[in-house]
Amino acid sequence: MSTASELVEIALGAVPADLGAAVLVSETSTVNLRWALSGLTTNGLTSARTVTVIVGAPVSGGTGAGVLSRSGLDAAGVRTLVADTVALARAAEPAEDAAPFATGDELPGFADPGAETGASTLGGVAEALGEVFGRSRAQNRESFGFALHEVVTTWLGTSGGLRYRHEQPRGTIELTGKAGARSRSAYVAGATRDFSDVDVLALDDEIATRLRWQERTVALEPGRYTTVLPPTSVADLMIYLLWSADARTAHEGRSVFSKPGGGTRVGEKITGSPLSLLSDPFHPGLGCADRVLTTSSSPMASVFDNGLPSPAAAWLDSGTISALPSSRHTASLTGLPVTPAAENLVLTGTDGTGSTMDLLEGVEHGLLLSSMWYIREVEAQTLLLTGLTRDGVYVVENGEVVGATTNFRYNESPVDLLSRVEAYGATEVCLSREWGEWFTRTAMPALRITDFNMSTVAEGA
Amino acid sequence: MTGQIDADFLALPLETLADAALQHARTAGGAALQHADLRVQRMRTGSMHLRDARLSSSSDVVSAGLAVRVLLDGVWGFAATDELTPAAAVATAGRALEVARISRPLMAERVELAPEPVHTATWVSSYETDPFDVPVADRARHLAAWSSQLLAADGVDHCDAMVNLAKEQKFYADLAGTVTRQQRVLIEPEITVVAIAADGPESMRTLAPPVARGWEYLNGTGWDWTTEIASLPGLLAERVAAPTVTAGDYDLVIDPTNLWLTIHESVGHATELDRSLGYEAAYAGTSFATLEGVGSFRYGSELMNVTADRTVEHGGATTGFDDEGVATRSWDLVSKGVLAGFQLDRAMAARCGLPASNGCAYADSALNVPVQRMANVSLAASSQDVSTDDLISGVDDGLYVVGDKSWSIDMQRYNFQFTAQRFYRIRGGRLAGQVKDAAYQGSTPSFWGSLTGLGGSSSSYLGGASNCGKAQPGQSAWVSHGAPATLFEQVKVLNTRSEGGR
Repeated sequence: MSTASELVEIALGAVPADLGAAVLVSETSTVNLRWALSGLTTNGLTSARTVTVIVGAPVSGGTGAGVLSRSGLDAAGVRTLVADTVALARAAEPAEDAAPFATGDELPGFADPGAETGASTLGGVAEALGEVFGRSRAQNRESFGFALHEVVTTWLGTSGGLRYRHEQPRGTIELTGKAGARSRSAYVAGATRDFSDVDVLALDDEIATRLRWQERTVALEPGRYTTVLPPTSVADLMIYLLWSADARTAHEGRSVFSKPGGGTRVGEKITGSPLSLLSDPFHPGLGCADRVLTTSSSPMASVFDNGLPSPAAAWLDSGTISALPSSRHTASLTGLPVTPAAENLVLTGTDGTGSTMDLLEGVEHGLLLSSMWYIREVEAQTLLLTGLTRDGVYVVENGEVVGATTNFRYNESPVDLLSRVEAYGATEVCLSREWGEWFTRTAMPALRITDFNMSTVAEGA
Repeated sequence: MTGQIDADFLALPLETLADAALQHARTAGGAALQHADLRVQRMRTGSMHLRDARLSSSSDVVSAGLAVRVLLDGVWGFAATDELTPAAAVATAGRALEVARISRPLMAERVELAPEPVHTATWVSSYETDPFDVPVADRARHLAAWSSQLLAADGVDHCDAMVNLAKEQKFYADLAGTVTRQQRVLIEPEITVVAIAADGPESMRTLAPPVARGWEYLNGTGWDWTTEIASLPGLLAERVAAPTVTAGDYDLVIDPTNLWLTIHESVGHATELDRSLGYEAAYAGTSFATLEGVGSFRYGSELMNVTADRTVEHGGATTGFDDEGVATRSWDLVSKGVLAGFQLDRAMAARCGLPASNGCAYADSALNVPVQRMANVSLAASSQDVSTDDLISGVDDGLYVVGDKSWSIDMQRYNFQFTAQRFYRIRGGRLAGQVKDAAYQGSTPSFWGSLTGLGGSSSSYLGGASNCGKAQPGQSAWVSHGAPATLFEQVKVLNTRSEGGR
């Protein structure tokens, strides 16, 4: 069987010399454990290889694009895939984002094989889970959760000579504990690259502590409360903000980043807090590809941009909107710089210190959330989102957790929330509850927000 | 209608792969092996987006692989690969057995499977033209023509058009002797027009649902595109000029183009037994509905009759057999307002002492394990010939709610909030123009308890979604939901502007 880098060469060699092309081969190796009711329920080991061929061909009025992806191919299958993609490109309508493919040379490590994960990666988790399940039964609580490790290795070759390989490990672990006939519920989660830094028993200790906090309940009405959002929830909101921030949609007047009357809000200060929102492929613990790797075009990225550098970018710089994600095509439409978005996100303040619990200091009467769920956009104009609190809402009086209250439905905009940041903590690596399946590399501080809009009470834990 | 599975799928060495995997599982698993199955699955997905009548992206992805699932001494083991060779099938069976053995110390309860007769069958969904046989350029020109028509209309500043396609092919074989071969085709078109108004963007979208049909759907079979597209600019202009809603409690006439999603969230997901038992607690959540409540729990008013059905023609969740070899069927979930049943897979059925699964196991790819997924869940229409206008004429002061937009519900399926494509004011039994910035909220049993009016079959619609998410690792599924027009009394309506602090 051919190696991945060999398949890239086979594919590019099959593309007619007068056409431009990019070829992506990705190998994915995964292992996962899932548990519920303090026992393992499902598990899995998988492996797969996908080849994507992107071809640009001259057609009447511009360049036609062909983009096809298939899995499980040998060399002959790859040649067939290229032929199909070339035919597709020659017959296509002109692609609006067509541009020359990236040029360059072979970068170090291109010919290296793909990395794999396996059952042993989660061996420590499995061993610790045995103890977690025992503890849970002894303490009349139940444990639920999921651990996943995945390594995706991607090889990119372009007709312009560029050869690039990127190896992306990622791991996530989520634990939910329930007690009191499931009337109490607590959640903790973490992101990792290899699970060597994951202490499952410490996470379970945190679950036990939070369940104890919920033994006293306090009834509260809906309303606007000073609310401390842990990094998990801040990640939920900032990821959605990034996904809504593409330059083209803003330029067309269709998003919260549009300036009334035309143009974008780049340059506008939206918060007095010195917060910056960054994507940086070399951020410690959040490393990701430093070049564009994409198998489909969108307002955020173009298949023709594969291989272009994707350096660090600041979307928010000390409270001012400083850039919006754009491809070469959307940059040409908007007049803004080409700014690809690397696949991580960091919110940081100039002087943020302390933990989520430290931010409770100074809260006379307010709330501490555990996590958010079922976040959906209500209104594009303001990026008003709705969603629910989940797995523990704690009542804070004079800086101390005094008990738990019911869940709430909230209606809030992450852009507007930034203008109501009263305090923030130290930035730490965290996992978004809602979007952590797709966007795992985030580092956020806890935020203390004034007048957070809890619209209605939601029953249940 | 084709009625035939693609020859190139059947040409794969399906039986050879099954023999290799199952024989190895039988031999290596020994007496402890309760069950083994092999699934070969090929998924082809296509998507196309046009922005202002120009092609902005097009993708075509074919993923194929084989999965082996074993039940060894009460413990599941699962492994999958994209290598479709006998050697890979044997190796994958071996890995599945290894995973089951490693997992043994962590199991809290022994898994058993409800019995199912042995089936040997071929099933193909109902469609005329495989959409993947339509050249990509032709698909783009079709959407571009609609977009250009809309962009030429007054008040339309932008137009987004998209179509998602899927073709799913599955071969399933298990140790009991069941062998099934299946193919289905699904399609989801959507057109949105946008106006940049003085205080921001406003949009209006088509209501055509995702369905299990072929390209003929875009040519008018099953949906009147000509009329709907022609109506969009006027509906958008009315929305731009509409007054903001006054928050309060209103009688709502909810069109099935909106209610399908409320049914999906508050009934469909709430009656998944795995959720109710706690198997989804860490992710999608649990449910207020319990097995003990079957036959006694008051879910809604006596007008509420809800069925689950995996056989309805053109349904997103329709198939002949599920991914455990169970023949699909239809059954009651709510009868005269009382909880009547749940959605099951074979393990859930056995765990609860039920005689059989109702065929709800589904995996969205070869690389994912089958989990209990939703059937097509639908609210029955009235046997009376009641029209939408009849329901509206009975409302003195209320709102008529059309088309889905945003949606959100809590982890136990109580608290929900939905918006819509259009909210119309009803005054004195007549529509009095659109209002905007509205959302309705409710708590599931009290909301369904306020159902006081039901339209007849002439007001019915089969809506649905292509992106129903569940499980870890996450899986996506298509599903359909039917309903007639309905009347709900005194539902809480918010003003989203004031919710956002404006």
